[in-house]
Amino acid sequence: MEEVPHDCPGADSAQAGRGASCHGCPNQRLCASGAGATPDPAIEEIKEKMKTVKHKILVLSGKGGVGKSTFSAHLAHGLAEDENTQIALLDIDICGPSIPKIMGLEGEQYLEDNLGVMSVGFLLSSPDDAVIWRGPKKNGMIKQFLRDVDWGDVDYLIVDTPPGTSDEHLSVVQYLAAAHIDGAVIITTPQEVSLQDVRKEINFCHKVKLPIIGVVENMSGFICPKCKKESQIFPPTTGGAELMCQDLEVPLLGRVPLDPLIGIQEFCNLHQSKEENLISS
Amino acid sequence: MKERTHPCTQREESWAVSGLSSATSDPGNLAGVRHIILVLSGKGGVGKSTVSTELALALRHAGKKVGILDVDLCGPSIPRMLGAQGRAVHQCDRGWAPVFLDREQSLSLMSVGFLLEKPDEAVVWRGPKKNALIKQFVSDVAWGELDYLVVDTPPGTSDEHMTTIEALRPHQPLGALVVTTPQAVSVGDVRRELTFCRKTGLRVMGVVENMSGFTCPHCAECTSVFSRGGGEELAQLAGVPFLGSVPLDPELMRSLEEGHDFIQEFPGSPAFAALTSIAQKILDATPACLP
Repeated sequence: MEEVPHDCPGADSAQAGRGASCHGCPNQRLCASGAGATPDPAIEEIKEKMKTVKHKILVLSGKGGVGKSTFSAHLAHGLAEDENTQIALLDIDICGPSIPKIMGLEGEQYLEDNLGVMSVGFLLSSPDDAVIWRGPKKNGMIKQFLRDVDWGDVDYLIVDTPPGTSDEHLSVVQYLAAAHIDGAVIITTPQEVSLQDVRKEINFCHKVKLPIIGVVENMSGFICPKCKKESQIFPPTTGGAELMCQDLEVPLLGRVPLDPLIGIQEFCNLHQSKEENLISS
Repeated sequence: MKERTHPCTQREESWAVSGLSSATSDPGNLAGVRHIILVLSGKGGVGKSTVSTELALALRHAGKKVGILDVDLCGPSIPRMLGAQGRAVHQCDRGWAPVFLDREQSLSLMSVGFLLEKPDEAVVWRGPKKNALIKQFVSDVAWGELDYLVVDTPPGTSDEHMTTIEALRPHQPLGALVVTTPQAVSVGDVRRELTFCRKTGLRVMGVVENMSGFTCPHCAECTSVFSRGGGEELAQLAGVPFLGSVPLDPELMRSLEEGHDFIQEFPGSPAFAALTSIAQKILDATPACLP
């Protein structure tokens, strides 16, 4: 599909092809014929592909920079410690693909025998390459990741998402609609500025009927490496994730402290308990 | 007569164009805005909204009239940072009146946050609908006379950014402030943002490194919580000015959480020094206005 006009009512809306902004759009005839209203055949194709994937978990947050990719990477590593478990990590942050860098993987796609990673980051030839795409093109990429990647037999597919509640999130939920998503893990930091966005994300999950496995509060307290005293760099002025989870009746899976040496033993151990929660749910 | 509108309650039809005349042929509501600065980052959570807010406050303290346009439609953070949640947007004869944050009307704000019926309501829109609202924000907000319009953006290089730049292009923005944190994972995304600026012809005024170290309040040891040095290296690599490093400061965090004026309340804080220095560099880099 070519570039859509800025005021496009949406290919699946009642106004598709008939709205004032549709005049001159190369897809006007297609939309007016009702083609947009029929379900995308890719949804069934993805359902078939996903038959060999046992569990699918989305890692979300309304807010940027809370640690979604860090958490996704550590969760994938933690689950992959069991050599008999096949793990796949899919990074659908098209504009800001962090997973290759976090996993030290630039240029490679298999970290260990049982942990495979896919990201648009692998498709960029230079670290300065920017992916300057509008929504429809990003959606096409996500469809390709889900439909055209040979995932094989996977126990856990972890999907790392960008911040927000927009194209990428709608698309991944839509494309996996027939394939059944186990649920979403939502990451936040203790501050209200994060919780504000995370409440919207929880709202989004309810709207699209995506089960919520629980919330993880990241950057929860900082232990000074010199004096070992705790400080709250991101103070939970409105009660942090704990109060929000109580109010919204979603489970709080755990808290992860700020640690300059991300990746040390204690950090991984914290994730073990989260994995147990996920496996049992 | 002023009436409160809630565009977001109009679902399927393109509410964005109903009821208001689109001011495309008008010299525009931006005619009185002298300088436009975009605050960008490829990365989320680095402090774009914080830097936008603090820059606006610092410029205002320097005697300027400042507006803030928040085009982060999914995560509009600025109303809370300025204690303005729940304020109403009113229509006037030239479009939407921005929300004024002080009696002197020297600081104004427009954000989708003001248009939501409930604060937790998610704006779950695809690109085209976001683009329509952004174009309206650019053309239909009656800013009046402003020295600076600071435009806060969401993370990424997608619809919001392309549409904002296209809509602002006829008004010749001064340039972009690019925010990063020191770690490699941020710098990695911000390099892409710098490419975006180059490709779209947007001048980069400089790089700001946020969350640059934390001084323990118990023992005064400074720890590089998010690694160190990335911002300055990035600026050198890209050949753009390095405007400064803002340290992690819990007082700044609290001010933002509680909607207070940090610049006024904490002149002794290390973050204050960094932020006012950055604002001064912006003032110095601003060409003198023609009479």
